[in-house]
Amino acid sequence: MANFINRIFSGEPSSAEKAKDRLRLVLINDRTDLSSAALESLKDDLLDVLSRYIQIDPNSMKIDITQEGRQQRLIADIPITGPVSRKY
Amino acid sequence: MSAKVITITSGKGGVGKTTATANLGAALANMGQKVVCIDADIGLRNLDVVMGLENRIVYDLVDAVEGRCRLNQAMIKDKHIPELYLIPSAQTRDKTAVSPSDMIRICDELRSDLDWIIIDSPAGIERGFKNAIAPADEVIVITNPEVSAVRDADRIIGIVEAEEKGSPKLLINRLNLEMVKQNNMLSADDVVDLLAVHLLGIIPEDKAVIISTNKGTPIALDNKSQAGQAYRNIARRIMGETVPLLELDKSSGFFNRISSVFGSGE
Repeated sequence: MANFINRIFSGEPSSAEKAKDRLRLVLINDRTDLSSAALESLKDDLLDVLSRYIQIDPNSMKIDITQEGRQQRLIADIPITGPVSRKY
Repeated sequence: MSAKVITITSGKGGVGKTTATANLGAALANMGQKVVCIDADIGLRNLDVVMGLENRIVYDLVDAVEGRCRLNQAMIKDKHIPELYLIPSAQTRDKTAVSPSDMIRICDELRSDLDWIIIDSPAGIERGFKNAIAPADEVIVITNPEVSAVRDADRIIGIVEAEEKGSPKLLINRLNLEMVKQNNMLSADDVVDLLAVHLLGIIPEDKAVIISTNKGTPIALDNKSQAGQAYRNIARRIMGETVPLLELDKSSGFFNRISSVFGSGE
């Protein structure tokens, strides 16, 4: 009980929550064979390509891999800030 | 009769494969089924001591594979339950002494005379593991609610699915309800959430398991132990019955109340 109260006040996640969060990421990396560094570079490449067609704010772009059952899904949420001045 | 082959595997060592094999074998045989448990961990024989049959071994799996004995000569009869048998592994050979096709052949020979063949897989994802899952009709992955065991279980589930063995079923072993309540252990729901496979059963952490293993008697025959009850329930689910998961919460509350009545500290 003391543990529980401490946690509420400190805002520190429990060790079980930490384990679950860490495992979630590890399992996604294991299943896709895609490290977080590789995911970052995928994000950069994607940004490059998309910027040729639309205006994007790199800071508001979100790319994540989520788990649905045993299947992984790449979710990209990319707000468009405006048209690109077309050169062609 | 045509036996169904169930392989129990885990990836990580020490999570309870051998104990689960011995106890599911015992629980099924105690329900009147004819069962053989096969130790597929060649070179690291252990199912024999867990079942308490180490002194009765004459021939082993490799002897049967290499034709030094008939298959039924390698089947050791259990001390406690009539229709339970063990085919022990060889202690002085290595994994290459048996191939996946040998395992398929052995199981096919056994099928007609049995209800269940339960194979205890070695840890790891190499030859021994491949041997163990080759003849399987169904694979059970056992894990502990702990990061390394869950991670390895996920790897194994991926491999089993890639081998087209269908989606394996999950056993969560050594769940400590007190720790789960304190949020210091992954709950069964957490593990199922992460691994996304069907949960076949939960075996609570129980000191009685170590005591029964010390004696070489299956905990599944111990009517007083929670782990024993869990194994009996799992066996009934394997037989196709619908048995609700152990209500660990309730029973621990019950035991707590009993022990507080008797003033026991445990």
